Amino acid sequence: MLHLPILPILLPMLAAVLMLLPPLSSSIIRHRVFAVSVMIILVIVSALVLLASHQQGTQMYILGGWQPPFGIALVADRLSTMMVLLTSVLGLGAQLYACAGDDNDGMYFHPLFMFQIMGINGAFLTGDIFNLFVFFEVLLIASYALLIHGGGKQKTKANVHYVILNLVGSSIFLFALGILYGTIGSLNIADMANKVRLLGEHEQALAKAGGLLLLVVFGLKAALLPLHFWLPKTYAVASAPVAALFAIMTKVGVYSILRIHTVIFGEDAGALASIAIPWLWPLAILTLIMGAIGVLASPNLRLTVANLVIVSVGTLILAIVMQRESATSAALYYMIHTTLVTGALFLLADLVSKQRGKAEDRYVIARKMKYGKVIGIAFFVAALTVVGMPPLSGFVGKILILQAAQGMNEIAWVWPVVLLAGLATLVAISRAGTTIFWRYAGESTYDEPISPLKLIAVGLLLSASPLLVVFGGPITDYTNLAAAQLHDTAQSIDVLLPGGDQ
Amino acid sequence: MEAIYAFCVGILTTCGFFLVLRGRTFTVVIGLTLLSYAVNLFLFASGRLTLDGAAVLGESTDYSDPLPQALVLTAIVIGFAMTAFVVILAMRSRADQGSDHVDGKIPVPSTKHTVSHKRNG
Repeated sequence: MLHLPILPILLPMLAAVLMLLPPLSSSIIRHRVFAVSVMIILVIVSALVLLASHQQGTQMYILGGWQPPFGIALVADRLSTMMVLLTSVLGLGAQLYACAGDDNDGMYFHPLFMFQIMGINGAFLTGDIFNLFVFFEVLLIASYALLIHGGGKQKTKANVHYVILNLVGSSIFLFALGILYGTIGSLNIADMANKVRLLGEHEQALAKAGGLLLLVVFGLKAALLPLHFWLPKTYAVASAPVAALFAIMTKVGVYSILRIHTVIFGEDAGALASIAIPWLWPLAILTLIMGAIGVLASPNLRLTVANLVIVSVGTLILAIVMQRESATSAALYYMIHTTLVTGALFLLADLVSKQRGKAEDRYVIARKMKYGKVIGIAFFVAALTVVGMPPLSGFVGKILILQAAQGMNEIAWVWPVVLLAGLATLVAISRAGTTIFWRYAGESTYDEPISPLKLIAVGLLLSASPLLVVFGGPITDYTNLAAAQLHDTAQSIDVLLPGGDQ
Repeated sequence: MEAIYAFCVGILTTCGFFLVLRGRTFTVVIGLTLLSYAVNLFLFASGRLTLDGAAVLGESTDYSDPLPQALVLTAIVIGFAMTAFVVILAMRSRADQGSDHVDGKIPVPSTKHTVSHKRNG
């Protein structure tokens, strides 16, 4: 289908607008039914786009018929369609959970949620770096509103920090874009990759400044050290479905680093090749260490999970800076796994905290949970996955990353840090599990049943973990191909710039 | 012209960053506004500065790059919306927390200091 690549952006946008108008705007039930059905369609559409780009090669959608590099193009290659499908599945899980009641704490939850999905999908699909900025703003303004949804002192405070930081980040993004446009003379990613080699000597320094400024912005979004301080508090105060959806937000930053610093400033960029790598090595390792310390030091489950997000960002960046196809492929596999499992853990933390009365999800002795068994089993599966124990997907992901490091000098850094962070996670998660599920005093006073929707949502996100192992072969084949496509800059320039090689 | 222009952008950015680092939400909002002014001017200059240059080919001997102008327009609109949002958020934060400090309360430097201050007063 001709218009397939733009549907993952159009669909949530139209759905959000329709939900603001009558007859849908009047009742939350209509919102829920409509939003969930749109989300299911979105999952199917994303899967179709992925199949199309996998079988027929990269799909390009040229908006307004302006040929690249002059117009804006959407590029649906293997990597971006994979991320879009991941977003849709995570979004469906988070939305099902929200439909059990969290969406009724304030107004317009579902339209905001859809705008956020639209922004994330747009950021993944765009082939134009200014368009990337625009979609970043779309997803950010939706996330500002979603974060404060439901209101409350804590949320307002965290939101003030989050908004101000991201506005400063947006200004820096624009400065970087100005510098890059002024030197390279293009904003189309493939065209920039083509032209960056031809820069004169005095322009190289400016373009390098621009590229590194972009790294600062993406580092802020990805919560890379030292720009990670906003993350734990923000994620811990957000309502559960919002926090679950935010699990993909840091991955947008990681994706942008991967895209910009592999395609534009990759190995073929002449004098500007791999400018970010010397910075990313120490930052990735430090992020991993800080995340592990944070996981150990967290006083409640939600903060633990938020710190696990930082650990996963560190691991991903560590795999990306190895700059080899096998490592990128491992990073992509790990990205699918970690996004879905942290999403599920945020939902589980909410289930736990609603069951334990005033103790919430803090690691203290509280009353026994009424539905401890169901939640406990789900938590056990999620914990095994996130720690990286066999036989679930965390184990496979980590093995792939460790294997990719073989034969490099940096292996002396990668192996101990990744394994020690895994150990720290194991210690923290076992402590969390034993305290929450096994240490209790008194019987439960809580007798409201868990909504089946919530269990379905958690089940949906957790089922990804065994599925990633069972279908490990096809999935790693796919990520291998996606990584090869990303690293083959020359080929992608040929595909994305028809007729205009130089 | 270039020197004055660069100087203005530099001054605006410096003032913007200084104000963003202040403690009260009002000054932070002003800082963010100054930053977005600086960014808009900077983006505009990324197409090089030309006098009497039309953005359409064939209208004048000198022509200017139309793309940065389009980018600035987008950036202004987005910046305006974000400023409106952050103003409302700052008011909400003032109402919720009873203080316009970004952390919700004015940090006390140290107990010793306050005690001696009280004694003196």
